[in-house]
Amino acid sequence: MKRVLFSIALLGGCAGVGEDSYRERAEAALKAGFAGGDPKILARVERQDEVQRLCSEHRDAPPAAIAASIRSGQRAGLRYPASGRLMGDWRAGKKIAEDAGGLRYGDPAGKPAGGNCYACHQVEEREIAYGTLGPSLLAYGKKRSGKNRSGAGVDAAVRETYERLYNPQAFTACSAMPRFGHNGVLTPEQIAHLVALLLDPASPVNR
Amino acid sequence: MKKGVIVLLAMLLPAAAAQADERLDEAVREYREKLAEASPGELYVIMGEELFRARRGPKNSSLEACDFGLGPGVLKGAYAQLPRYFADSGRVEDLESRIATCMARLQGLPPQALPQRGFGDARMGDFLRLATYVAAQSNGMKLAPPLAHPKEIEAYRVGEILFYRRAGSHDFACATCHAVSGKRVRLQRLTNLADAKDAQRGFPTWPAYRPVAGDVHTMQLWLGACFQQTRYPELRFASETSIALQAYMAQHAAGGLIDVPGVKR
Repeated sequence: MKRVLFSIALLGGCAGVGEDSYRERAEAALKAGFAGGDPKILARVERQDEVQRLCSEHRDAPPAAIAASIRSGQRAGLRYPASGRLMGDWRAGKKIAEDAGGLRYGDPAGKPAGGNCYACHQVEEREIAYGTLGPSLLAYGKKRSGKNRSGAGVDAAVRETYERLYNPQAFTACSAMPRFGHNGVLTPEQIAHLVALLLDPASPVNR
Repeated sequence: MKKGVIVLLAMLLPAAAAQADERLDEAVREYREKLAEASPGELYVIMGEELFRARRGPKNSSLEACDFGLGPGVLKGAYAQLPRYFADSGRVEDLESRIATCMARLQGLPPQALPQRGFGDARMGDFLRLATYVAAQSNGMKLAPPLAHPKEIEAYRVGEILFYRRAGSHDFACATCHAVSGKRVRLQRLTNLADAKDAQRGFPTWPAYRPVAGDVHTMQLWLGACFQQTRYPELRFASETSIALQAYMAQHAAGGLIDVPGVKR
Protein backbone atom coordinates (compact mmCIF):
# COMPACT_ATOMS: atom_id res chain seq x y z
CA MET A 1 0.00 0.00 0.00
CA LYS A 2 2.87 2.42 0.76
CA ARG A 3 4.29 1.73 -2.67
CA VAL A 4 0.89 2.49 -4.16
CA LEU A 5 0.57 5.83 -2.43
CA PHE A 6 4.12 6.77 -3.27
CA SER A 7 3.78 6.10 -6.98
CA ILE A 8 0.46 7.92 -7.01
CA ALA A 9 2.02 10.97 -5.41
CA LEU A 10 4.91 10.80 -7.85
CA LEU A 11 2.88 10.37 -11.01
CA GLY A 12 0.10 12.67 -9.91
CA GLY A 13 2.68 15.35 -9.21
CA CYS A 14 4.47 14.92 -12.54
CA ALA A 15 1.35 14.92 -14.65
CA GLY A 16 -0.20 17.74 -12.62
CA VAL A 17 -3.32 15.64 -12.09
CA GLY A 18 -5.29 17.12 -9.23
CA GLU A 19 -7.74 15.57 -6.80
CA ASP A 20 -10.53 17.57 -8.44
CA SER A 21 -9.94 16.01 -11.83
CA TYR A 22 -10.16 12.51 -10.34
CA ARG A 23 -13.36 13.54 -8.62
CA GLU A 24 -14.86 14.83 -11.87
CA ARG A 25 -13.77 11.64 -13.60
CA ALA A 26 -15.39 9.54 -10.88
CA GLU A 27 -18.69 11.44 -11.21
CA ALA A 28 -18.64 11.03 -14.99
CA ALA A 29 -17.78 7.31 -14.69
CA LEU A 30 -20.66 6.81 -12.29
CA LYS A 31 -23.17 8.52 -14.61
CA ALA A 32 -22.04 6.30 -17.49
CA GLY A 33 -21.89 3.20 -15.31
CA PHE A 34 -25.55 2.29 -15.11
CA ALA A 35 -27.67 0.21 -17.46
CA GLY A 36 -30.73 2.44 -17.29
CA GLY A 37 -33.35 1.66 -14.69
CA ASP A 38 -35.77 3.66 -12.56
CA PRO A 39 -34.99 7.37 -13.18
CA LYS A 40 -35.76 8.14 -9.53
CA ILE A 41 -33.23 5.62 -8.24
CA LEU A 42 -30.74 6.86 -10.84
CA ALA A 43 -31.14 10.51 -9.83
CA ARG A 44 -30.63 9.77 -6.13
CA VAL A 45 -27.38 7.97 -6.79
CA GLU A 46 -26.03 10.46 -9.31
CA ARG A 47 -26.78 13.49 -7.14
CA GLN A 48 -25.57 13.31 -3.55
CA ASP A 49 -27.22 15.48 -0.95
CA GLU A 50 -24.98 17.71 1.17
CA VAL A 51 -24.75 15.18 4.02
CA GLN A 52 -23.77 12.35 1.70
CA ARG A 53 -21.18 14.59 0.06
CA LEU A 54 -19.64 15.64 3.39
CA CYS A 55 -19.61 12.10 4.79
CA SER A 56 -17.96 10.79 1.61
CA GLU A 57 -15.35 13.54 1.69
CA HIS A 58 -14.50 12.86 5.36
CA ARG A 59 -14.92 9.08 5.09
CA ASP A 60 -17.59 9.13 7.79
CA ALA A 61 -15.31 10.84 10.34
CA PRO A 62 -16.13 14.55 9.91
CA PRO A 63 -14.40 17.20 12.04
CA ALA A 64 -16.40 18.19 15.14
CA ALA A 65 -17.77 21.43 13.69
CA ILE A 66 -19.05 19.73 10.54
CA ALA A 67 -20.47 16.84 12.58
CA ALA A 68 -22.38 19.31 14.77
CA SER A 69 -23.81 21.13 11.77
CA ILE A 70 -24.89 17.83 10.18
CA ARG A 71 -26.65 16.81 13.41
CA SER A 72 -28.51 20.09 13.82
CA GLY A 73 -29.44 20.26 10.14
CA GLN A 74 -30.80 16.72 10.21
CA ARG A 75 -32.64 17.35 13.48
CA ALA A 76 -34.43 20.26 11.86
CA GLY A 77 -35.76 17.88 9.21
CA LEU A 78 -37.39 15.39 11.62
CA ARG A 79 -41.08 14.74 10.85
CA TYR A 80 -43.68 12.83 12.86
CA PRO A 81 -46.88 10.89 12.06
CA ALA A 82 -49.92 13.10 11.43
CA SER A 83 -51.70 11.25 14.25
CA GLY A 84 -48.97 12.29 16.68
CA ARG A 85 -48.67 8.65 17.82
CA LEU A 86 -45.04 7.56 17.78
CA MET A 87 -45.77 4.05 19.04
CA GLY A 88 -47.61 1.80 16.61
CA ASP A 89 -48.28 -1.94 16.53
CA TRP A 90 -45.33 -4.25 17.19
CA ARG A 91 -46.84 -6.98 14.95
CA ALA A 92 -46.78 -4.63 11.98
CA GLY A 93 -43.27 -3.57 13.04
CA LYS A 94 -42.10 -7.19 13.04
CA LYS A 95 -43.17 -7.59 9.40
CA ILE A 96 -41.40 -4.38 8.38
CA ALA A 97 -38.22 -5.43 10.23
CA GLU A 98 -38.17 -8.79 8.43
CA ASP A 99 -38.95 -7.38 4.98
CA ALA A 100 -35.68 -7.07 3.02
CA GLY A 101 -37.30 -5.71 -0.15
CA GLY A 102 -38.06 -2.37 -1.69
CA LEU A 103 -36.20 0.21 -3.77
CA ARG A 104 -33.84 -2.34 -5.35
CA TYR A 105 -33.93 -2.52 -9.12
CA GLY A 106 -36.22 -5.36 -10.07
CA ASP A 107 -38.43 -4.90 -6.99
CA PRO A 108 -42.14 -4.46 -7.78
CA ALA A 109 -43.07 -0.78 -7.94
CA GLY A 110 -45.60 0.64 -5.53
CA LYS A 111 -45.03 -1.90 -2.77
CA PRO A 112 -43.92 -0.24 0.51
CA ALA A 113 -40.24 -0.84 1.31
CA GLY A 114 -39.13 -2.95 4.24
CA GLY A 115 -36.64 -1.99 6.93
CA ASN A 116 -34.40 -5.07 6.43
CA CYS A 117 -33.30 -4.63 10.06
CA TYR A 118 -31.78 -8.14 10.31
CA ALA A 119 -29.18 -7.28 7.68
CA CYS A 120 -27.32 -5.36 10.39
CA HIS A 121 -29.00 -6.02 13.77
CA GLN A 122 -30.02 -8.88 16.02
CA VAL A 123 -33.67 -8.17 16.77
CA GLU A 124 -35.54 -11.14 18.24
CA GLU A 125 -33.85 -14.17 19.69
CA ARG A 126 -35.47 -16.77 17.44
CA GLU A 127 -34.02 -15.28 14.23
CA ILE A 128 -30.38 -16.33 14.07
CA ALA A 129 -29.56 -15.03 10.59
CA TYR A 130 -28.74 -11.52 11.70
CA GLY A 131 -25.93 -9.15 10.79
CA THR A 132 -23.50 -7.47 13.14
CA LEU A 133 -22.84 -4.08 11.51
CA GLY A 134 -25.17 -2.47 14.03
CA PRO A 135 -25.62 -3.22 17.76
CA SER A 136 -27.90 -6.03 18.98
CA LEU A 137 -31.40 -4.81 19.70
CA LEU A 138 -32.33 -7.79 21.90
CA ALA A 139 -34.26 -6.58 24.94
CA TYR A 140 -34.06 -3.01 23.64
CA GLY A 141 -37.18 -1.99 25.55
CA LYS A 142 -36.32 -4.00 28.66
CA LYS A 143 -33.01 -2.18 28.93
CA ARG A 144 -34.93 1.06 28.99
CA SER A 145 -37.54 -0.25 31.44
CA GLY A 146 -36.16 1.97 34.23
CA LYS A 147 -37.66 4.77 32.26
CA ASN A 148 -40.97 2.92 32.10
CA ARG A 149 -41.75 3.78 35.73
CA SER A 150 -42.23 7.44 34.99
CA GLY A 151 -44.51 8.55 32.21
CA ALA A 152 -42.08 11.22 31.07
CA GLY A 153 -39.29 8.62 30.75
CA VAL A 154 -41.38 6.42 28.49
CA ASP A 155 -42.20 9.38 26.30
CA ALA A 156 -38.52 10.27 26.06
CA ALA A 157 -37.50 6.73 25.07
CA VAL A 158 -40.30 6.52 22.49
CA ARG A 159 -39.38 9.87 21.03
CA GLU A 160 -35.66 9.15 20.86
CA THR A 161 -36.23 5.72 19.31
CA TYR A 162 -38.56 7.20 16.70
CA GLU A 163 -36.10 9.96 15.87
CA ARG A 164 -33.13 7.56 15.63
CA LEU A 165 -35.06 5.43 13.17
CA TYR A 166 -36.26 8.46 11.22
CA ASN A 167 -32.81 9.96 10.98
CA PRO A 168 -29.84 8.48 12.87
CA GLN A 169 -27.71 11.38 11.68
CA ALA A 170 -29.68 13.72 13.92
CA PHE A 171 -27.71 11.91 16.67
CA THR A 172 -24.54 10.61 14.99
CA ALA A 173 -23.22 12.46 11.95
CA CYS A 174 -22.32 10.08 9.13
CA SER A 175 -23.84 7.08 10.91
CA ALA A 176 -23.72 3.96 8.72
CA MET A 177 -27.46 3.46 9.25
CA PRO A 178 -29.81 4.63 6.48
CA ARG A 179 -31.91 7.73 7.20
CA PHE A 180 -35.11 5.71 6.81
CA GLY A 181 -37.58 8.53 7.40
CA HIS A 182 -35.59 11.47 6.07
CA ASN A 183 -34.89 9.64 2.81
CA GLY A 184 -38.49 8.49 2.43
CA VAL A 185 -37.64 4.78 2.57
CA LEU A 186 -40.15 4.21 5.39
CA THR A 187 -43.20 6.34 6.23
CA PRO A 188 -43.59 7.92 9.70
CA GLU A 189 -46.34 5.34 10.39
CA GLN A 190 -44.06 2.42 9.46
CA ILE A 191 -41.38 3.85 11.74
CA ALA A 192 -43.90 4.08 14.61
CA HIS A 193 -44.56 0.34 14.14
CA LEU A 194 -40.82 -0.32 14.46
CA VAL A 195 -40.75 1.78 17.63
CA ALA A 196 -43.41 -0.56 19.05
CA LEU A 197 -41.38 -3.63 18.02
CA LEU A 198 -38.44 -2.25 20.00
CA LEU A 199 -40.23 -0.80 23.03
CA ASP A 200 -43.56 -2.59 23.57
CA PRO A 201 -43.18 -4.96 26.55
CA ALA A 202 -45.34 -7.49 24.64
CA SER A 203 -42.98 -7.46 21.62
CA PRO A 204 -40.79 -10.59 21.14
CA VAL A 205 -37.80 -8.23 21.35
CA ASN A 206 -38.54 -7.77 25.05
CA ARG A 207 -39.97 -11.14 26.04
CA MET B 1 -24.17 -31.66 4.79
CA LYS B 2 -27.10 -29.26 4.74
CA LYS B 3 -28.74 -31.24 7.51
CA GLY B 4 -25.53 -30.98 9.52
CA VAL B 5 -25.57 -27.21 9.21
CA ILE B 6 -29.20 -27.02 10.29
CA VAL B 7 -28.59 -29.28 13.31
CA LEU B 8 -25.60 -27.17 14.24
CA LEU B 9 -27.64 -23.99 13.87
CA ALA B 10 -30.41 -25.40 16.08
CA MET B 11 -27.85 -26.29 18.74
CA LEU B 12 -26.65 -22.71 18.71
CA LEU B 13 -29.90 -21.16 19.84
CA PRO B 14 -29.33 -21.07 23.59
CA ALA B 15 -25.60 -20.29 23.31
CA ALA B 16 -24.14 -16.92 24.11
CA ALA B 17 -24.17 -14.58 21.11
CA ALA B 18 -20.42 -14.28 20.62
CA GLN B 19 -19.87 -18.01 20.92
CA ALA B 20 -22.78 -18.65 18.57
CA ASP B 21 -21.25 -16.34 15.99
CA GLU B 22 -17.99 -18.23 16.14
CA ARG B 23 -19.59 -21.64 15.73
CA LEU B 24 -21.78 -20.38 12.91
CA ASP B 25 -18.71 -19.08 11.09
CA GLU B 26 -17.13 -22.48 11.62
CA ALA B 27 -20.16 -24.31 10.17
CA VAL B 28 -20.21 -22.11 7.10
CA ARG B 29 -16.46 -22.52 6.63
CA GLU B 30 -16.72 -26.29 6.86
CA TYR B 31 -19.57 -26.31 4.34
CA ARG B 32 -17.46 -24.34 1.87
CA GLU B 33 -14.45 -26.57 2.32
CA LYS B 34 -16.52 -29.66 1.56
CA LEU B 35 -17.93 -27.97 -1.51
CA ALA B 36 -14.52 -26.84 -2.71
CA GLU B 37 -13.35 -30.45 -2.89
CA ALA B 38 -15.66 -31.06 -5.84
CA SER B 39 -16.66 -27.57 -6.94
CA PRO B 40 -18.96 -27.34 -9.95
CA GLY B 41 -16.81 -24.33 -10.80
CA GLU B 42 -14.14 -26.71 -12.14
CA LEU B 43 -16.48 -27.50 -15.02
CA TYR B 44 -16.32 -23.85 -16.05
CA VAL B 45 -12.56 -24.11 -16.51
CA ILE B 46 -13.06 -27.01 -18.94
CA MET B 47 -15.96 -25.37 -20.79
CA GLY B 48 -14.08 -22.08 -20.85
CA GLU B 49 -11.07 -23.66 -22.52
CA GLU B 50 -13.28 -25.16 -25.22
CA LEU B 51 -14.80 -21.75 -25.89
CA PHE B 52 -11.37 -20.13 -25.87
CA ARG B 53 -10.08 -22.47 -28.57
CA ALA B 54 -13.25 -22.57 -30.67
CA ARG B 55 -13.38 -20.69 -33.98
CA ARG B 56 -16.26 -18.27 -33.71
CA GLY B 57 -17.64 -15.00 -35.04
CA PRO B 58 -17.53 -13.38 -38.49
CA LYS B 59 -13.75 -13.81 -38.62
CA ASN B 60 -14.05 -17.48 -37.73
CA SER B 61 -11.14 -17.35 -35.34
CA SER B 62 -10.37 -18.41 -31.79
CA LEU B 63 -9.29 -16.26 -28.85
CA GLU B 64 -5.92 -18.04 -28.65
CA ALA B 65 -4.04 -14.94 -29.85
CA CYS B 66 -5.66 -12.68 -27.26
CA ASP B 67 -3.14 -10.47 -25.45
CA PHE B 68 -4.02 -10.23 -21.76
CA GLY B 69 -1.05 -7.97 -21.11
CA LEU B 70 1.87 -10.39 -21.21
CA GLY B 71 1.83 -10.89 -24.99
CA PRO B 72 -0.48 -12.62 -27.50
CA GLY B 73 -1.56 -16.04 -26.25
CA VAL B 74 0.25 -15.80 -22.90
CA LEU B 75 -2.23 -16.83 -20.23
CA LYS B 76 0.01 -17.97 -17.40
CA GLY B 77 0.22 -15.13 -14.88
CA ALA B 78 -1.86 -12.73 -16.99
CA TYR B 79 -4.81 -12.62 -14.59
CA ALA B 80 -2.39 -11.84 -11.75
CA GLN B 81 -1.70 -8.50 -13.47
CA LEU B 82 -5.23 -7.33 -14.15
CA PRO B 83 -6.78 -4.79 -14.32
CA ARG B 84 -4.13 -2.99 -16.39
CA TYR B 85 -3.79 -0.40 -19.15
CA PHE B 86 -3.92 -1.65 -22.75
CA ALA B 87 -2.47 0.56 -25.47
CA ASP B 88 -4.61 -0.99 -28.23
CA SER B 89 -7.90 -0.07 -26.58
CA GLY B 90 -6.51 3.01 -24.82
CA ARG B 91 -8.08 2.10 -21.51
CA VAL B 92 -7.70 0.10 -18.32
CA GLU B 93 -9.40 -3.24 -18.67
CA ASP B 94 -10.36 -6.01 -16.29
CA LEU B 95 -10.52 -9.67 -17.29
CA GLU B 96 -13.97 -9.51 -18.82
CA SER B 97 -13.58 -6.24 -20.69
CA ARG B 98 -10.32 -7.62 -22.11
CA ILE B 99 -12.12 -10.77 -23.28
CA ALA B 100 -14.74 -8.48 -24.87
CA THR B 101 -12.00 -6.49 -26.64
CA CYS B 102 -10.48 -9.70 -28.01
CA MET B 103 -13.87 -11.03 -29.11
CA ALA B 104 -14.41 -7.82 -31.07
CA ARG B 105 -10.91 -7.63 -32.55
CA LEU B 106 -10.06 -11.27 -33.17
CA GLN B 107 -13.48 -12.74 -33.83
CA GLY B 108 -15.18 -9.66 -35.29
CA LEU B 109 -18.12 -9.92 -32.92
CA PRO B 110 -20.22 -6.72 -32.94
CA PRO B 111 -20.80 -4.89 -29.64
CA GLN B 112 -24.40 -6.09 -29.50
CA ALA B 113 -23.14 -9.69 -29.39
CA LEU B 114 -21.42 -8.90 -26.10
CA PRO B 115 -23.29 -8.58 -22.79
CA GLN B 116 -24.48 -5.05 -22.08
CA ARG B 117 -25.84 -5.73 -18.64
CA GLY B 118 -24.91 -7.82 -15.64
CA PHE B 119 -27.44 -10.26 -14.23
CA GLY B 120 -30.13 -11.48 -16.55
CA ASP B 121 -28.11 -10.95 -19.72
CA ALA B 122 -28.16 -14.27 -21.58
CA ARG B 123 -24.89 -13.36 -23.34
CA MET B 124 -23.10 -13.47 -19.97
CA GLY B 125 -22.72 -17.26 -19.82
CA ASP B 126 -19.79 -17.48 -22.26
CA PHE B 127 -17.98 -14.75 -20.35
CA LEU B 128 -18.25 -16.57 -17.06
CA ARG B 129 -16.70 -19.69 -18.59
CA LEU B 130 -13.98 -17.82 -20.51
CA ALA B 131 -13.12 -15.66 -17.50
CA THR B 132 -12.90 -18.66 -15.19
CA TYR B 133 -10.63 -20.51 -17.61
CA VAL B 134 -8.27 -17.57 -18.16
CA ALA B 135 -8.14 -16.67 -14.46
CA ALA B 136 -7.40 -20.28 -13.45
CA GLN B 137 -4.21 -20.19 -15.55
CA SER B 138 -2.75 -17.91 -12.84
CA ASN B 139 -3.60 -20.23 -9.95
CA GLY B 140 -0.93 -20.33 -7.26
CA MET B 141 0.53 -16.99 -8.34
CA LYS B 142 0.46 -13.76 -6.39
CA LEU B 143 -1.82 -10.95 -7.47
CA ALA B 144 0.39 -8.06 -8.67
CA PRO B 145 -1.64 -5.59 -10.73
CA PRO B 146 0.50 -2.81 -12.25
CA LEU B 147 0.15 0.78 -11.08
CA ALA B 148 2.46 2.73 -13.34
CA HIS B 149 0.58 4.11 -16.34
CA PRO B 150 -1.30 7.36 -15.61
CA LYS B 151 -4.53 5.62 -16.67
CA GLU B 152 -3.87 2.88 -14.08
CA ILE B 153 -3.35 5.53 -11.41
CA GLU B 154 -6.51 7.25 -12.57
CA ALA B 155 -8.52 4.01 -12.39
CA TYR B 156 -7.22 3.42 -8.85
CA ARG B 157 -8.09 6.95 -7.71
CA VAL B 158 -11.51 6.93 -9.36
CA GLY B 159 -12.17 3.55 -7.73
CA GLU B 160 -11.13 4.90 -4.36
CA ILE B 161 -13.44 7.91 -4.65
CA LEU B 162 -16.35 5.70 -5.72
CA PHE B 163 -15.61 3.22 -2.90
CA TYR B 164 -16.17 5.92 -0.28
CA ARG B 165 -18.95 7.79 -2.10
CA ARG B 166 -22.26 7.61 -0.23
CA ALA B 167 -25.46 8.05 -2.20
CA GLY B 168 -28.93 6.77 -2.91
CA SER B 169 -32.03 6.13 -0.83
CA HIS B 170 -30.05 4.23 1.83
CA ASP B 171 -26.95 6.48 2.05
CA PHE B 172 -24.69 3.52 1.27
CA ALA B 173 -21.12 3.50 -0.02
CA CYS B 174 -19.05 0.37 -0.64
CA ALA B 175 -17.14 1.46 2.47
CA THR B 176 -20.26 1.28 4.65
CA CYS B 177 -19.93 -2.51 4.73
CA HIS B 178 -16.45 -3.13 3.32
CA ALA B 179 -14.16 -0.81 5.30
CA VAL B 180 -14.92 -2.49 8.64
CA SER B 181 -13.46 -5.68 10.09
CA GLY B 182 -15.15 -8.77 11.51
CA LYS B 183 -18.73 -7.83 10.63
CA ARG B 184 -21.55 -9.67 8.88
CA VAL B 185 -24.61 -8.84 6.80
CA ARG B 186 -27.13 -11.46 7.87
CA LEU B 187 -24.83 -14.51 7.98
CA GLN B 188 -22.55 -13.28 5.20
CA ARG B 189 -19.11 -12.39 6.48
CA LEU B 190 -18.01 -9.05 5.05
CA THR B 191 -14.57 -8.60 3.54
CA ASN B 192 -12.77 -5.48 4.71
CA LEU B 193 -11.37 -4.32 1.38
CA ALA B 194 -9.42 -1.51 3.00
CA ASP B 195 -7.45 -4.14 4.93
CA ALA B 196 -4.71 -5.94 3.00
CA LYS B 197 -5.00 -9.34 4.74
CA ASP B 198 -8.75 -9.49 4.33
CA ALA B 199 -8.66 -8.22 0.73
CA GLN B 200 -5.95 -10.76 -0.14
CA ARG B 201 -8.18 -13.53 1.12
CA GLY B 202 -11.38 -12.35 -0.54
CA PHE B 203 -10.46 -10.83 -3.89
CA PRO B 204 -8.15 -13.32 -5.71
CA THR B 205 -10.64 -16.19 -5.30
CA TRP B 206 -12.98 -14.70 -7.91
CA PRO B 207 -14.36 -16.00 -10.25
CA ALA B 208 -16.08 -18.24 -7.73
CA TYR B 209 -18.85 -20.80 -7.51
CA ARG B 210 -21.87 -19.44 -5.66
CA PRO B 211 -24.08 -22.22 -4.27
CA VAL B 212 -26.91 -19.72 -3.76
CA ALA B 213 -26.88 -18.89 -7.47
CA GLY B 214 -25.90 -22.40 -8.62
CA ASP B 215 -23.46 -20.66 -10.95
CA VAL B 216 -19.95 -19.29 -11.23
CA HIS B 217 -19.82 -15.53 -10.91
CA THR B 218 -17.03 -13.09 -11.60
CA MET B 219 -16.09 -10.19 -9.34
CA GLN B 220 -17.90 -7.93 -11.77
CA LEU B 221 -21.17 -9.82 -11.35
CA TRP B 222 -20.65 -9.83 -7.60
CA LEU B 223 -20.26 -6.06 -7.74
CA GLY B 224 -23.56 -6.02 -9.59
CA ALA B 225 -25.18 -7.89 -6.70
CA CYS B 226 -23.76 -5.32 -4.28
CA PHE B 227 -25.19 -2.49 -6.38
CA GLN B 228 -28.62 -4.09 -6.25
CA GLN B 229 -28.56 -4.62 -2.48
CA THR B 230 -27.30 -1.08 -1.83
CA ARG B 231 -30.25 0.27 -3.85
CA TYR B 232 -28.06 1.49 -6.70
CA PRO B 233 -29.13 1.19 -10.35
CA GLU B 234 -27.95 -1.81 -12.36
CA LEU B 235 -24.20 -1.72 -12.94
CA ARG B 236 -23.32 -1.75 -16.63
CA PHE B 237 -21.03 -4.60 -17.71
CA ALA B 238 -17.41 -3.56 -18.29
CA SER B 239 -18.22 0.06 -17.38
CA GLU B 240 -15.49 2.39 -16.16
CA THR B 241 -17.16 2.33 -12.72
CA SER B 242 -16.88 -1.45 -12.53
CA ILE B 243 -13.28 -1.51 -13.74
CA ALA B 244 -12.18 1.36 -11.47
CA LEU B 245 -13.65 -0.32 -8.39
CA GLN B 246 -11.83 -3.53 -9.30
CA ALA B 247 -8.58 -1.60 -9.89
CA TYR B 248 -8.92 -0.15 -6.39
CA MET B 249 -9.69 -3.50 -4.76
CA ALA B 250 -6.95 -5.31 -6.68
CA GLN B 251 -4.25 -2.96 -5.35
CA HIS B 252 -5.36 -3.65 -1.79
CA ALA B 253 -5.42 -7.39 -2.48
CA ALA B 254 -1.95 -7.37 -4.09
CA GLY B 255 0.15 -10.24 -2.78
CA GLY B 256 -2.87 -12.50 -2.32
CA LEU B 257 -2.70 -15.98 -3.86
CA ILE B 258 -4.90 -16.62 -6.87
CA ASP B 259 -7.09 -19.68 -6.31
CA VAL B 260 -9.81 -19.92 -8.96
CA PRO B 261 -12.63 -20.88 -9.01
CA GLY B 262 -13.22 -20.13 -5.34
CA VAL B 263 -16.33 -21.10 -3.41
CA LYS B 264 -18.40 -18.28 -1.96
CA ARG B 265 -21.87 -17.97 -0.58
